[in-house]
Amino acid sequence: MSSDIAEAANSQITEFAKKEYEHGFVTDIESDTLPPGLDESVVRHISAVKGEPEWLTQWRLDAFARWQKMEEPDWSHVNHPPIDYQALSYYSAPKSAADAPKSLADVDPKLLATYEKLGIPLHERAALAGVAVDAVFDSVSVATTFKGKLNEMGIIFCSFSDAVKEHPDLVRQYLGTVVPVSDNYFSALNCAVFTDGSFVYIPKGVRCPMELSTYFRINAAATGQFERTLIVADEGSYVSYLEGCTAPMRDENQLHAAVVELVALKDAKIKYSTVQNWYPGDENGVGGIFNFVTKRGKCAGDNSHISWTQVETGSAITWKYPSCILQGDNSVGEFYSVALTNLCQQADTGSKMIHLGKNTRSTIISKGISALKGQNAYRGLVQVMPGATNARNYTQCDSLLIGDKCGAHTFPYIDVRNTTSKVEHEASTSKIAEDQLFYCQQRGLDLENAVSLIVNGFCKEVFKELPMEFAVEATKLLSVSLEGSVG
Amino acid sequence: MLEIKNLEAGVEGKQILKGLNLSIKPGEVHCIMGPNGSGKSTLSQVLAGRSDYELLGGEVTYMGQDLLALEAHKRACEGLFLAFQYPVEIPGVSGMQFLRASINALRGHHGLEDLDAFDLMDVFREKAALVNIDLDSLKRSVNEGFSGGEKKRNEMFQMALMEPRLAILDEVDSGLDIDALKVVADAVNAMRSPERSFLIITHYQRLLDHIVPDFVHVMSHGRIVKSGGKELAFELEKKGYAWLENHQEAGV
Repeated sequence: MSSDIAEAANSQITEFAKKEYEHGFVTDIESDTLPPGLDESVVRHISAVKGEPEWLTQWRLDAFARWQKMEEPDWSHVNHPPIDYQALSYYSAPKSAADAPKSLADVDPKLLATYEKLGIPLHERAALAGVAVDAVFDSVSVATTFKGKLNEMGIIFCSFSDAVKEHPDLVRQYLGTVVPVSDNYFSALNCAVFTDGSFVYIPKGVRCPMELSTYFRINAAATGQFERTLIVADEGSYVSYLEGCTAPMRDENQLHAAVVELVALKDAKIKYSTVQNWYPGDENGVGGIFNFVTKRGKCAGDNSHISWTQVETGSAITWKYPSCILQGDNSVGEFYSVALTNLCQQADTGSKMIHLGKNTRSTIISKGISALKGQNAYRGLVQVMPGATNARNYTQCDSLLIGDKCGAHTFPYIDVRNTTSKVEHEASTSKIAEDQLFYCQQRGLDLENAVSLIVNGFCKEVFKELPMEFAVEATKLLSVSLEGSVG
Repeated sequence: MLEIKNLEAGVEGKQILKGLNLSIKPGEVHCIMGPNGSGKSTLSQVLAGRSDYELLGGEVTYMGQDLLALEAHKRACEGLFLAFQYPVEIPGVSGMQFLRASINALRGHHGLEDLDAFDLMDVFREKAALVNIDLDSLKRSVNEGFSGGEKKRNEMFQMALMEPRLAILDEVDSGLDIDALKVVADAVNAMRSPERSFLIITHYQRLLDHIVPDFVHVMSHGRIVKSGGKELAFELEKKGYAWLENHQEAGV
């Protein structure tokens, strides 16, 4: 009996493992793409195409000069073949964007069809869900909705390129203030060649009435994607920002090095939620996105609050540490994360909480799930500086293993430089118990559903931090991503 | 309903069931008693399809199908229910969520549409009355932090919801006080019907003060060594399992 069932389970696994990436398709849209290669002229070209002011061109060139002197970091718990930065193309824009669409009616129908396939019927979904969507297709923003309504409240939500043109002072004031140009190898590269992204400014005392959302999609083959996001919440304001992504199937590894900067002034709160579902590569580790992201928020003012929630199920390699600099007194930083590595995926992710102000508080809840040959590392730093009296941190990192070929690793760093602060760290590693699976199966659930139910339970503390609609999506995504992971 | 012929099974290379025969007809309540280690729980696990047990021989027919060829969840969908001796905790999954997944899996198997949250609540309310369970407890994670009695009550609630054709109760009375024992017995008695059969596995006779079985079987060393009516249970209670061991030796 047992061998029959094992066999059945095995064939199921093989079947699921072979199942093609659900979002694996390439839309055939003509792209205006730079030839592969990176030098100063490429940086200048990008800046020129975007009609940027001189200070920004210089800023990019400065970043490029610094990047050239830097070494790619090798300290993370991931392995990949060397990346040939000269083999990548650094700019690609959908042709239809050359004469920028004024409304959805002007948008390339094929592009809209792409969103349909992804389950994002822009016009309907945006209207129904009350979500304003700033859609990034490859490197240029092609549609921005709900702008009018937000405008009335003084909220700025636009593509980064538009922000540079229309709000240059704000951009100049905050760009690079949270993640300095030479912060790390990938962020420096981003500063030099970033193509587009989103910009958000919430004025004093304004509570943004809807979730702001950006759907990213990488499309043109062999194009690196370098997003730049800057969110500024002025005094006493509030904003919830959602970021979700899927990508088409391809054989070549793609580099993605985004930078996200958040600035929360006095009494402001920013909630940033991510669902990341980029192509993870196949069961042999071929293909998939390299996702080297720098995300950092600064709680610049007193009583400010920044909360990161992420659900990372995609990418071949994820290298990402959404962090908070708690500068204002009584400021609060939070990080809630679910990272799933299946197939041959590798993730090295976690958070940094830097306590500078008095009575600052931070929470880190990290849930790592590893299946098949997935490797999952939590890496975190909690640093409490001498002036951060009475600072508090609570860190909990739990790992769940499915099968016996995967791995979970934890690298917590704690650095406390005063005597009034309190830092707690809890960690656990567990395997999905045969008992739990059997119990669910005995109640009629097949193996896939049983695993998905148990894993969703494991992630509950994080999912409850997600906005409702995203939570539903995340639950589904986790189930899809786990298909075929049980043996 | 259930026909077990010469069933042999083991775990980790050790044979536990050594040619077990048992026949259960619709509507019958059978009770298997026996000392610890006689293979009672192995029988229930093998029937429910737990994959770490190895099948070594024999056959089991359930409602005209080869039971052993069915995956565990299919057996459940076909109406075979196992009340666990040690119900498992599933952190973060609420009882509500779990039961919803379970009921809709069963419905899906039978080509029925999923029940929505409102219809589910109606079903929950109806069945909750049967086992006197507080529906608020379904907001908690499955079995997490439940007392022994609460866990068994929960098992009976699940049994009532799933309306099985064959319910196997594995040592469901172990560690229960008299009130909890009554809950189990009342649930079984209320659910007895001409179409539904029960296989009750127990170490003690006391459960049978509340559930009157049609047949009692005594298990020893992986086999049923004696069968009879409910009076066999009383005899066992009086003479102890040692009597049985002697009896068996005498019989060989």
